[in-house]
Amino acid sequence: MTLSRTFTTAGRVLAQIRHDPRTIGLLVVVPSLLIGLVAWIFTDTDVFSGIGPAMIALFPFIVMFLVTSIATLRERRSGTLERLLSMPLGKGDFILGYALAFGLLAVVQTAVAVSFAVWVCGLEISGSIWLLFAVAVADALLGTALGLLASAFARTEFQVVQFMPVLVFPQILLGGIFIPRDQLPAVLEAISEWLPLSYAIDALQAVAADSESTAWVVGKLLVIGAWIVGSIVVGSITLRRRTP
Amino acid sequence: MMNNADASSGAAVVVRGLHVRRGRNEVLDGLSLAVPRGRIVGLLGPSGSGKTTLMRAIVGVQVIRSGEIEVLGLPAGSAALRTRVAYVTQQPSVYDDLTVRQNLRYFRRVLGAPASDVERVIDRTELGPVAERLVGTLSGGQRGRVSLAAALLGSPELLVLDEPTVGLDPVLRVELWALFRALADDGVTLLVSSHVMDEAKRCDRLLLMRDGELLADDTVDGVLEVTGTDDVEAAFLRLIERGEPDLRSPAERERRAHGRHEASAAPAHAPADPEAEEPR
Repeated sequence: MTLSRTFTTAGRVLAQIRHDPRTIGLLVVVPSLLIGLVAWIFTDTDVFSGIGPAMIALFPFIVMFLVTSIATLRERRSGTLERLLSMPLGKGDFILGYALAFGLLAVVQTAVAVSFAVWVCGLEISGSIWLLFAVAVADALLGTALGLLASAFARTEFQVVQFMPVLVFPQILLGGIFIPRDQLPAVLEAISEWLPLSYAIDALQAVAADSESTAWVVGKLLVIGAWIVGSIVVGSITLRRRTP
Repeated sequence: MMNNADASSGAAVVVRGLHVRRGRNEVLDGLSLAVPRGRIVGLLGPSGSGKTTLMRAIVGVQVIRSGEIEVLGLPAGSAALRTRVAYVTQQPSVYDDLTVRQNLRYFRRVLGAPASDVERVIDRTELGPVAERLVGTLSGGQRGRVSLAAALLGSPELLVLDEPTVGLDPVLRVELWALFRALADDGVTLLVSSHVMDEAKRCDRLLLMRDGELLADDTVDGVLEVTGTDDVEAAFLRLIERGEPDLRSPAERERRAHGRHEASAAPAHAPADPEAEEPR
């Protein structure tokens, strides 16, 4: 693995996305529009102030998961991954290159989504907006990392989409959006304790309500970070130069 | 079994007893062959005969069951070979959503080849007029040439090309073969697969494959002589009928060509004599 090959790969992924306005739209604009839609639905109630923070976790997470997993899968399908692995490109260069490129996009996306939620939709944030931003970026990166992992176990675009109900939907249902996690049945609550998105949603809600200390939020951030690193490591281990 | 693998020490590729299974099928069943350096070797056979699997094994991206593959003196797939061997898959493996130049620039950086290489391979494959266009907007033939151009980056010593001329019009096909010949003249070894028997005449040596086994490993003239036919398609059928492969080493061919007595032949491990491999 070399730094220059990792960066050149990240640059190449960003150059590809530059040529694809639809993906840019999906990444940067769509999460904000969806947050706006949720805010609009609950205009006459005070529900949005409760679930708004969770929405900042949800939509960027899903969008990053989808875009990353499909993008890396396209490399497999087009034969470019095989070509790269027959060249002196490290497996880590490949995965980290993608993680860097999409990580950068995640920062832009999160900046737009958080700004939109706070200043356009009027979401009230009692805690630090910077801490909110940090958790939201980590959450979008989590989507990217899980997308990289999922694409390692899929052979077709269809199979990647099949990972959505397996990897993504349960995390949404159990993440504490519908009812707070401590009100879930004991078994489901225990399961939700193991799901990384739960930590992101917990942390965002805590920052919005300013109900926990900074150290507590940072603790949640570290768990999300561990999931990101773990997914990237497993994703690059499962890449094979030789295939059957 | 007598084969070239035993007779070619300075060969670019030596395969001994290669077994490959994909799923439940035995795709390659004990294949042995050699590819001499600086030559164009045609790998011919119907689709499904194992050509791509053999090429993938030589490049080192195929999981093999058993056997030995030596490429440029190193085990296939060695890290040191990653800049010395280039592989062009049947489907162009380049990025549709980048321009020709962006594609080549990226692969050049990955290979660590000199910056001037991008212009050199664009010239060599005559992609200059479309260099700034997105690959996705190019024709199939042009896309194939971008894939080939990427393989020429860093001046590899061995080029493994899987059906590079498929779907090309005759003019382009002739141009591409002229490029292959020019590369071989520069000392590059080319292993080129095709299922079009016509293209055999342009190769220095032929490997004829069927059902994962070698029907012939010989020069074009040699194959025609052994089978008493005048085109490779007929020779292919004759070899199937005969049920006995034509696996004569370059050294052996030379002995026959010079009318020497078989018994007083040169040592069995004599290096390949390039003169003996001229197709015509």
